Amino acid sequence: MTELADRYSYSFDASFGEYLPDVVVQAKNKQEVVYIVKVANQFGIPIYPRGQGTCLSGGPLPVYGGMVLDLSQWPEQITLNVEDLTINVSPSVLTARINEEAEKHGLMYAPDPSSAHVATIGGNLAENSGGPRGLKYGVTKDFVIGLELVTPEGEVIRTGGQTIKNVTGFDLTKLIVGSEGTLGVITEATLKLIPKPPAVQTIMVEFDHVRTAGQAISRTLTSGILPSKMEFMDQACIQAVENFKPSGLPVDAKAIVIIELDGHPQTLDVETKLVQNIMSSIGATNLIIPKTKEEADKIWHARKQVSPAIAKIKPTKVSEDATVPRSKIPEMMDRLHDIKNKYNVEVVVFGHAGDGNLHPNILCDKRDQEEMGRVEQAVEEVFQAAIDLGGTLSGEHGIGTMKAPFMEKELGEVGLDMMKRIKDSWDPNGIMNPGKIFPEKGQKLVLTDE
Amino acid sequence: MSDVQTLQEKINYDKTFDCVQCGYCLPACPTYETMERETHSPRGRINLVKLVAEGKASIKDLQEPIEKCLGCMACTTVCPTNVQYGQILEGAKEVIEDHQVKSVWQKKTEDFLFESFFPSGKWMNTLGNLTWFYQRTGLQAFANLLSLTKLAPLHLDQFEQVIPVQPSPKERAKRAKRYMRKRPATAKVAFFTGCVMDSVFFETNQNTIELLLRSGLEVVLPEQQTCCGALHAHSGKINDSRELAKRNIEAFEEEKADYIVNNAGGCGARLIEYHHLFEEGTSWHERAKQFVSKVKDISEVLVEVDELEFTTPIDYTVTYQPSCHMTNVQGVKSPPLELIRKIPGITLKELDRPDFCCGSAGIYNIINYEESMDILDVKMKDVCRIDPGSIVTTNPGCLLQMKLGIEREKVSDGMEAVHLVDLLMEASPVARQDGPRQTPFQKGSE
Repeated sequence: MTELADRYSYSFDASFGEYLPDVVVQAKNKQEVVYIVKVANQFGIPIYPRGQGTCLSGGPLPVYGGMVLDLSQWPEQITLNVEDLTINVSPSVLTARINEEAEKHGLMYAPDPSSAHVATIGGNLAENSGGPRGLKYGVTKDFVIGLELVTPEGEVIRTGGQTIKNVTGFDLTKLIVGSEGTLGVITEATLKLIPKPPAVQTIMVEFDHVRTAGQAISRTLTSGILPSKMEFMDQACIQAVENFKPSGLPVDAKAIVIIELDGHPQTLDVETKLVQNIMSSIGATNLIIPKTKEEADKIWHARKQVSPAIAKIKPTKVSEDATVPRSKIPEMMDRLHDIKNKYNVEVVVFGHAGDGNLHPNILCDKRDQEEMGRVEQAVEEVFQAAIDLGGTLSGEHGIGTMKAPFMEKELGEVGLDMMKRIKDSWDPNGIMNPGKIFPEKGQKLVLTDE
Repeated sequence: MSDVQTLQEKINYDKTFDCVQCGYCLPACPTYETMERETHSPRGRINLVKLVAEGKASIKDLQEPIEKCLGCMACTTVCPTNVQYGQILEGAKEVIEDHQVKSVWQKKTEDFLFESFFPSGKWMNTLGNLTWFYQRTGLQAFANLLSLTKLAPLHLDQFEQVIPVQPSPKERAKRAKRYMRKRPATAKVAFFTGCVMDSVFFETNQNTIELLLRSGLEVVLPEQQTCCGALHAHSGKINDSRELAKRNIEAFEEEKADYIVNNAGGCGARLIEYHHLFEEGTSWHERAKQFVSKVKDISEVLVEVDELEFTTPIDYTVTYQPSCHMTNVQGVKSPPLELIRKIPGITLKELDRPDFCCGSAGIYNIINYEESMDILDVKMKDVCRIDPGSIVTTNPGCLLQMKLGIEREKVSDGMEAVHLVDLLMEASPVARQDGPRQTPFQKGSE
């Protein structure tokens, strides 16, 4: 595609920034990918693999022009190996479809990013996506056992395989997952499935201090219970949801934690009581145990309304996923509160608090240059706070363009250089998704128009 | 105001910022699925509108992506941030229409179609009568024999095959304008007949009146009513659409009815959005709001009144193809299903993806024939999996399109498409035997 309208249609993703590619190419099978990559490599054309463009960190953005490689139209291929508890998928398969297929056989594909019904597994693999269930089950990389990849020079390699255990040589599978399309184009993946837990139990707990909520999360996790999800919402989020679509959330609470336990029904009874005890001993103001699936769904629906609801506060949403060690959650909350006041910006916090993965969201207006300047500084300080507390820039969205400028802060000069050396040896001509992960000299976060 | 500002306002630049580009609309969009590129997705279209407002792309770049949008609004029901896509789409169409250079002949044809043809009851009657003449005189058989119809422009040959048998001009002319009841009516219904509906599906309109009467309601057909203006708005002619709205509001105000009932999903969607055509605070806006508060689809009314019992069993499987505009704009989803389930003997099997547009979309199937047929083929695959005796629809466009789909799949031996209203009449509805019921209409009566 070379028409301006088409090129502009692949100039963005769900993050910030817009870069016009010179051409958009769609591939529907491996041979086409091989051919395209070989041509790009020969002529030094930058190439940016792209799924459905739901990325929140700028992964598929064509920052240096060149060619967007759209893989979303590749016909869906799913092969389920029930006896092996594995599934082979083409990169275009929507992530939710994998779990759907697995469930037909009483199995589960655990990673559940909120965009699973839209995002492709190829994109999830590239960005190493997470989701609420990450607390108990881990992120995408914990479920990948094999890959097929077209290297930046147009060769096809296979890593890992169908076995759960595999210690042959370097673990290239884990290296490729989360490399954000900088090491090649994933053309097939073998994923691990697990038995689907027979039952789930939701619990909603209210607090009149954000700090107590943070302590409650730590206490639960050290008590021997491992919930499948532990989600946190602050008062600003609760009120935003209630203003947007009233869901019966407690607007007076300073924070709520929504817990989901999964496992055998009898175990759930015991664990629910334990959670109840922990919460009352730590000073939770209220605890709700939904009796029916509908009541539980209502609570989770309210949680899902957070993103759209807060977008009503102001039109531009800068969504971060800084993550800290679990013990540091209360401290991170305090820091975020200070940052909000210091730069006079709208910050709301929600997220998968059970694994320390918070989503501080800064609500602003892209058209207000002065405000965006303050937002830039606030974001920088959020990252700094996370790193200071022993955390990381990204829990599940990836680095992309948005967080590249802060990489050295987390990894150190040598740490970053080792990563770069790997990249340079895989991709000698630097054609594969340039401008991601690794910062240019002096690159800074820019949210304003130049 | 500068040109840029005017353009930004017309094209709803501000509203495009509500889109956070999450992409949740992609799986819901039929054209993204069949045309396989982001340019033909809601997110892509909104982005292009924004770029045009910013001067980065031209109106010409915008034209094809906007014209190829069905306007089915499936994206709006899944949108997490409630983007007003309908208004963005209409704004874009208006801007495109403003900038289009047309030949004199093209302009004359359009003026005739939009200003004289659709809004005129007389022309619509003539269309019905001409079709009757054509069908009745054997001209149809003759034309078919010689494949003359293939010469018609815009694939009209495809459509003429599926137009129902028309009533004679005599029958058409003798229809009353007022249907009073001997017993006092529970409420007064003003029936919006629709233009295409009234010309091509005259029988369905008669059946609609009959169902309302049997439900104990009084029915009037305001004489001054005209086309709803949906086709005009979809073609970027917002001013024409606004004028028609005014004429309808005036025509229905006179009747002081409790309800304004229609049986065409597309028309209904336009009618309940009349207030968006006028600036807030103006008297027309107020009058439009009054009008809108009374608009209901026939299925909603029948469920609400709940006065009918069906006496003739229908012993086959049907499926329901909802009108996109009825689902996504009017938000009427369950009433048609409830009514179908009331028919004795019937088996209702729902489609895998009922909310996927059939591709009719006003006159989309005439203007964008190839694209429309690609979408219809996806729909028919879903339908054929169920293999129903009948596909039930609630909009004239969908009805014709589904009839066309049946012809295309060559399954007309065992499958037909019917309007919900006609299906209900087939099941011989009678007033309930278990005595009069408290109807919700009573308090609304004036």
